[in-house]
Amino acid sequence: MNEVVKVGMADLNVSKSPNSIRTSGLGSCVGVVIYDERMKLAGMAHIMLPDSSMAKNGGLNRAKYADTAITDLLVLMEREGANKIGLKAKMAGGAQMFQFSSSSEVMRIGPRNVEAVREQLKKHKIQLISEDVGGNSGRTIEFDPASFSLSIRTVSQGTREI
Amino acid sequence: MDMFQRIDAQQLDLLKEVGNIGAGNAATALSTMLNKTIEMNVPSVNVVPFNQMTETVGGDEAVVVAIFLRIEGECPGNLFFMLPVGEATVLIQNLIGEEQVDFSNPPVSELAASAMQEVGNILAGSYLSSLSDFTKIPLQPSVPALAVDMTMAILSHGLIEISKVGDYAIVIETEIKEETAKNETKTTGHFFLLPDPESFAIIFNALGVDTDE
Repeated sequence: MNEVVKVGMADLNVSKSPNSIRTSGLGSCVGVVIYDERMKLAGMAHIMLPDSSMAKNGGLNRAKYADTAITDLLVLMEREGANKIGLKAKMAGGAQMFQFSSSSEVMRIGPRNVEAVREQLKKHKIQLISEDVGGNSGRTIEFDPASFSLSIRTVSQGTREI
Repeated sequence: MDMFQRIDAQQLDLLKEVGNIGAGNAATALSTMLNKTIEMNVPSVNVVPFNQMTETVGGDEAVVVAIFLRIEGECPGNLFFMLPVGEATVLIQNLIGEEQVDFSNPPVSELAASAMQEVGNILAGSYLSSLSDFTKIPLQPSVPALAVDMTMAILSHGLIEISKVGDYAIVIETEIKEETAKNETKTTGHFFLLPDPESFAIIFNALGVDTDE
């Protein structure tokens, strides 16, 4: 039986073929998938904020921030047998759900999340294969570690694959 | 998040009263607008992990019509008014007499969208002004914004400030509902008030409750 591994908000997990991995309702959050083609192994993180330095009051959930989430995801994947060299990535999300004239920090959080994920991938030398980011629609994404296909569903445009 | 563990029964009751007064006035405004009886449930105040926030409105991917206002000033926070797409469709069809409006199949016409935005403006405005009267705290809401999308994608927008502090939000939620011809009730919508973490002390102080440990 194939299962779907669920990743919640500010959460991360890994999945091996034939099981797919999924996260739902990405708004300004970014869903990033890192995968090892040979092992048919994928890790996914549902990132809310660009950088762990934004945390207040200590209590740090590392899966919430682009920098710490990607570091931890790589550790978890290596433990599952992934080879750090040659990893690839896809990402989706980073939308602006509401249109405001103001340019406050909160309004720009989507693009900043996307930028932070790009930077982290570059830092870890992971090639970004494709992305579907920005816009103003929520997204639900599911990755199949066998076909390396990331399927993206939005309310207004149906499902597409990248 | 010790802030959340420190909330006692008396403070919880006060937050419920906040939801009660806000949504009560909004329900009256909607009643007048539709010439129908709109009722409300007793508000619930819960400390909710982010991952469970959407349960009362049908799950992460349930499509809703949402009006969002950011409250600035000394008591910052976020206010959402969410309607199921079916309810929003009937509401706006009735208001503007345009039969082809269908929020389950966006985009809708500019007129329908602006009517929905105006309804949200009136309801959220009456929620916040009664809240402001009750607490004597001046609240400065942003212009309301409209979105039709997945519940989680919408709500997460209101969690950004809160998420810097923890993985839980204190949610003051009030359901409003109408009676149908068969004496059944159906949900009309939900208000979600998500004060920023620092706002709770301000609300409690304004209402004369000590927040000292």
